[in-house]
Amino acid sequence: MCRLPATAAVSETTEMEVLQTDSWREALELKAAHPDAVPIAGGTDLMVELNFDRIRPRAILDLTRIPELTDWGPENGRLRVGAGVTYSRLIAELGDRLPGLAIAARTVGSPQIRNRGTVGGNLGTSSPAGDGLPPLFASDAEVELASTAGTRRIGVGEFVTGPKHNCLADDELIAAFHIAPAGGPQQFAKIGTRNAMVIAVCSLALSIWPSRQGVAACVGSAGPTPIRCSEAERFIAGVFDEHDLWRTRAPIPDAALTSFGELVERAARPIDDVRGTARYRHHALGVLARRTLTWAWEAYRCA
Amino acid sequence: MRLTLTVNGEHREVDGVWEGASLLYLLREHLDLPGSKNACEQGECGSCSVYLDGDVVCSCLVLAAQAQGRDVVTVEGIANGDGDGLHEVQRAFVEAGGVQCGFCTPGLIVASHDLLRRNPRPSDPEIREALAGNLCRCTGYEKILEAVRLAGERLAAAAPR
Repeated sequence: MCRLPATAAVSETTEMEVLQTDSWREALELKAAHPDAVPIAGGTDLMVELNFDRIRPRAILDLTRIPELTDWGPENGRLRVGAGVTYSRLIAELGDRLPGLAIAARTVGSPQIRNRGTVGGNLGTSSPAGDGLPPLFASDAEVELASTAGTRRIGVGEFVTGPKHNCLADDELIAAFHIAPAGGPQQFAKIGTRNAMVIAVCSLALSIWPSRQGVAACVGSAGPTPIRCSEAERFIAGVFDEHDLWRTRAPIPDAALTSFGELVERAARPIDDVRGTARYRHHALGVLARRTLTWAWEAYRCA
Repeated sequence: MRLTLTVNGEHREVDGVWEGASLLYLLREHLDLPGSKNACEQGECGSCSVYLDGDVVCSCLVLAAQAQGRDVVTVEGIANGDGDGLHEVQRAFVEAGGVQCGFCTPGLIVASHDLLRRNPRPSDPEIREALAGNLCRCTGYEKILEAVRLAGERLAAAAPR
């Protein structure tokens, strides 16, 4: 373990300690010994807080040297993706297995941000606007949390409890997320003022699951947490049954697309803020719902 | 705190770095490398772009301690010392008028250098995508795109087939 000692060299600043290790076990021990240590991975959230003097943690726990966190691979028919896998690597290495998450990853920041930022960081920050979160919700992903006492797995919808709040305990670190590889087409769409470097005004992730004849949708940046659109999902499943669409692969009737959009709008609980109004977000989500469902279904029909 | 790292191919050791400092601060204030610019300090502008172990990153978003033992290349390390000392990308920015006030230029040089080493013949949308994290308030970007196209053509022409 390489632990860099705190010095008093810069007197005008608060004393801070940087905890570093390349061992996962030691990282968990350090977190147990320093429950107030703030973990840092890509730093794209935490460094802004530090640079702007918004927080002065007593200790920072650097997770970028731990090889286990940057691994991914199959596990019991699902994928286990280490919390430290960057967005750039998700796009390059997992785009075929997790297309919805990869599309979302492409909308994150810029190349510089994607080279550092991680889904683990998105989970840790638990911002309602985290672009990586709606695709996890739409795939019923689980978050793996670890401490010296062991590991536990929790559904992502339970993990995120409110805006920038989650149920990570003081002695725990986010180890990985577990997610089913795509069973059919997946989509993600995001509204922003430009095509890069924007925090979502609102976003929508949509997955088609032919094996269980279902469609999953989750809105982002339109409520205190990402929100699954259960009523919209039940409605469209009924339409597919009624019209025998899974078998015929016929186009979705326009009226059903409109109703699906309305139900997604209704699931959202947005607020007015600097990025947009609640009214606009409701409207935009209805549009995104119709579009993403059409794109995904067209991809399935033509496959 | 004491840090050792490789910067532009040289082994560097620094004492007295504050634990909360960014890599950008380390480069500019401790290592006398002011090429990387400090503008937004939140990853929005790309003016502080450097290579960290071969990946382009915003150095303002890297904790200096995270660079311990790592390999950093700044805009100062991109100049290759041939002729006028500039890299082809830098020369193309000068010739195409991609530099006005110059503050964003180091970051754009690093981002363009990274694009062209991965993709010597980028399309315009690929250039825009690669430079999406670098803001310029002077040029309107057209001359920057022209500079990247020019550098790409020259590098491709010079590359062994």
